[in-house]
Amino acid sequence: MAARLVRQTELAGWASGALAVAALPQVLSLFQVVQVTVFLIFAMLALSLDFIWGIAGILSFGQAALFGIGGYLYGIVGIDLGSTILGLPAAMLGSAAVAALIGYVAFYGRVGSMYLAVVTLTVTLILYQVMGSTADPKYAIGDARLGGYNGMANVPSLSFAGAGQALGPAEFFYVVGGVLFLALAFCLTLARSSYGRILQGIRENEPRMELLGYDVRWRKLLAFVIAAAVAGLSGALFASWGNFINPEVFSLPQAALVVIWVLVGGRGTLWGPILGTFVVQYLTSLLGTAGASYTTIALGGVLVGVVLLFRRGLAPALSEGIGRLLRLGTAAIAGRK
Amino acid sequence: MDQIAVTAIGVLFAVSTLALLALGLAIIFGMMGVLNLAQGEFLMLGAYTVLIATARGLPVWIGILLAPFVVGMIGIVLERAIIRFLYGRPLDTMLATWGLSLVLVGVVTVVMGPTTEGVATPLGSVEIGRYGVSVYRLVVIAISVATVLAVYVVLRHTRIGMIARATMQMPRLVAASGIEPQIVYAATFGVGAALAGLAGAVMAPLTGVVPSMGLAFIAKIFITVMVGGPTVLLGTASAAGTLGVVESAVAYASTPIYGQVAMLLVALVLLRLLPNGMSGLWRRGL
Amino acid sequence: MLTRRQALQQLSLASLGMVLPNIRLDRAWATDEIVVGNLLDSTGPINIYGLPMVDATKFAIEDINASGGVLGKQLRLVQFDTQSNNQLYTQYATQLLLESKVAVLMGGITSASREAVRPVVDKYGALYFYNEQYEGGVCDKNVFCTGVTPAQQIGNLVPWAIQEHGPKFYTIAADYNYGHISADWVKVYLQQSKGELGGQEFIPLDVTDFGSVIQRIQTAQPSVVFSLLVGGNHIAFYRQFAAAGLNKKIPVVSPTFGLGNEQIVLKPEEVEGLTVIYPYFQELDNETNKKWVVAWHQKFGADYPYITDSANTVWNGWHLWAMAANKAGSLEPAKVIAALESGLAFDAPEGKIKLDPQSHHVVHTVHLAKVNDKKGFTIFKSIENIEPTDTKQVCDLIGKPDQHTQYTPKF
Repeated sequence: MAARLVRQTELAGWASGALAVAALPQVLSLFQVVQVTVFLIFAMLALSLDFIWGIAGILSFGQAALFGIGGYLYGIVGIDLGSTILGLPAAMLGSAAVAALIGYVAFYGRVGSMYLAVVTLTVTLILYQVMGSTADPKYAIGDARLGGYNGMANVPSLSFAGAGQALGPAEFFYVVGGVLFLALAFCLTLARSSYGRILQGIRENEPRMELLGYDVRWRKLLAFVIAAAVAGLSGALFASWGNFINPEVFSLPQAALVVIWVLVGGRGTLWGPILGTFVVQYLTSLLGTAGASYTTIALGGVLVGVVLLFRRGLAPALSEGIGRLLRLGTAAIAGRK
Repeated sequence: MDQIAVTAIGVLFAVSTLALLALGLAIIFGMMGVLNLAQGEFLMLGAYTVLIATARGLPVWIGILLAPFVVGMIGIVLERAIIRFLYGRPLDTMLATWGLSLVLVGVVTVVMGPTTEGVATPLGSVEIGRYGVSVYRLVVIAISVATVLAVYVVLRHTRIGMIARATMQMPRLVAASGIEPQIVYAATFGVGAALAGLAGAVMAPLTGVVPSMGLAFIAKIFITVMVGGPTVLLGTASAAGTLGVVESAVAYASTPIYGQVAMLLVALVLLRLLPNGMSGLWRRGL
Repeated sequence: MLTRRQALQQLSLASLGMVLPNIRLDRAWATDEIVVGNLLDSTGPINIYGLPMVDATKFAIEDINASGGVLGKQLRLVQFDTQSNNQLYTQYATQLLLESKVAVLMGGITSASREAVRPVVDKYGALYFYNEQYEGGVCDKNVFCTGVTPAQQIGNLVPWAIQEHGPKFYTIAADYNYGHISADWVKVYLQQSKGELGGQEFIPLDVTDFGSVIQRIQTAQPSVVFSLLVGGNHIAFYRQFAAAGLNKKIPVVSPTFGLGNEQIVLKPEEVEGLTVIYPYFQELDNETNKKWVVAWHQKFGADYPYITDSANTVWNGWHLWAMAANKAGSLEPAKVIAALESGLAFDAPEGKIKLDPQSHHVVHTVHLAKVNDKKGFTIFKSIENIEPTDTKQVCDLIGKPDQHTQYTPKF
């Protein structure tokens, strides 16, 4: 009875999500479409962290860095080769390659989990310094100038019909929404597969999994690479959205922000971080538009409040709440009969 | 010759200040498992204490003495109000303290404004060969070394230190012997905050004090503590020593950019080679 | 039975759900109003520059409204706090252009923030003013840069410093675009004036320990230190320089010192005598400025720390736009741009300024001044009507209008 309820609720969730993505551009204003698009892009970044962290139990502070690498690669391919479509897989492959390198050193070297967090943070900060020093015009890959802290300018928007016919805001929204949908479905399916369950086993008790005979190293590495590919893809979409990318994606506040999206949303639920991203980013924008100097105070207060009130994040609290409502509803129906 | 002396002083300064800055976080994280991302803001509060004290006419040294008490008090209040609900949840402490840091920066900006008149460096300068060196820098080195030693002595050789260490390892046993663990937690967090306050106060006459100054330090402190590993003092001290020497030596030999990158790279290597941080190099100890 | 925690959770979720949709940004405005947009950092590390600019914006809008507004209508300002975060610049710029449908967008402080806004402005064909000192080179039909540029500042500071102090320079610059490009300009002007570069360093924005830098300066023994340091953390350099006793031995000149009110944070004995160069100082003695300062203090309080050059630049930007819109008789960007390119002149607090049609930059009069012991500056030399040659020599938006880029100097 309970399992059927859960499945039904989940199907309802998918259906309403699909409906929302399809319908929103029709009801929202042009600006809101553009804004929700970037929230969706960030949500995908948060999803990538929840996969590696919530499912596999590996805290990576480097998802923002992989996001940034994806963005820069998209920009370079888009500007130099003129093809934005090629930019997307280039971003994914590039981020995946970097993650493979770091992951290989970390997992095959059996570094502890807390230390992986610091390692990814350190790599992120190194990238911040290095990319920030590329202000000189000589730092260019082909025609694409890295631009230092100003970032890479003139990044082309995604277009399927060749340069000059970029996707409009609504079309781009559909593409991003669709990609996020696919990524979420992929991650959920993977998490429920036997590979995913082994990953969760590794998260719960790694020595036990090893004793059971599983090679944890390549499994962790694979998870890290998959999460990197998702992050890189979202980075490419971000560069397309704003037509620019700059080293701020490699900064400490940005790296911490990804973790905060996941924590607020609910670690391990995979859809929770999407909600968390929306809540945090929406609040940030809202507070900024209120124009007062109390922005940071309000945002900080909200974060503290969320942590104290919602132990496991918003998503579990929401599902519990909905679950309770459903149970009350069915109990009432049953009672009335 | 004089260049070597001045460089040596510079390196010593970098190492000792890094140790002092990291010590507070080492205690809070090492002993309590709280990932305090607001540590930079405790630093900032210490610096502002000195500012306010000197604005009221007090000598800068009184301000530096006051700062650890003021920030320690603030630390204890925050621990009671927020942190104590989050023990055993290190990642949630990260989220809460990040929010806390935003609030602290915002409040200080609103109350003090974004730029406030600062404190000039006291004690003037001394000539070493062709070079002028600030005397205050030498004093800071002395204060940092003294503080680290004092913390070591307290933790290792006093009853209070023993109670603190015992509470971190076996709180129920301590409670059974009649000491309330909650008080120990609050006090330890307060001490960690106070140390940050002292570090900030000591830095105030050397830098520009603005509400966002914590951000420049938090990454470095964090990495130092992680490279240091679980043993609070020896680990942190060795990490501060290694990373501080690398950063300042490279900076003196070339430019500060390379110094920062070199420090980060060395941290990466150390993390890879030493699974327990630098604590692994010490067979036993605090 | 609900626990207290669960009750609190449900309550907050519910109230959030009820409140959030109702926070509607006031989009409905009367038809006799013109909406204009502004993006500045009131919070975060950049706000040391941002807050005086925010004040200047409000002051300028009020002033324009008091003199009859634009095209007979009053201006309504929509201002967002970008929180020193460049992604918010892109996002809010889009919001202001698409949702609030502003007639003109002004703002941006660091060059990085401007470069985050420019693509949005170009994408939607809007008009954008960047009112802040920067490294020069922006050549964009939709963009007007009213701030002072290297040709005007560095181009005059370098020859003066060579004459006054000597030919050997040591440049210390913030390690980002403005720092690098400005340092390149220093080299250009050194060459022109027969000076020599004894050393050059770039320092990351979050460095606070300048020990190594100061030591290298002492080894190099320059006649003058040329400082292009930026931001709150770099204030440490001046403090540590003075602590080592060097502020009495080696003079420092800077085109960036003072923009963030560094002379207030530092004590007079640390930086007295440091020479700077700007178009605007609060101490300027012309009639327009004397009235302006009085009005500013009336509005913001007599204890206002110091009115920066950025505040004056912001004031000028708004007034130039208002003049052009009135002259064009329309708010349409293309028409206002044409009016802006017709050679406008304005009586600014800094003095009389002209908007150069070709480069979309402003012709400034700059003044050399030294830091005094009253948390301000004492002006001692003025150089009039300097063209923004750094941008003008590569950018002709009348001859070649369809440009949307930033040129960087090639040496």
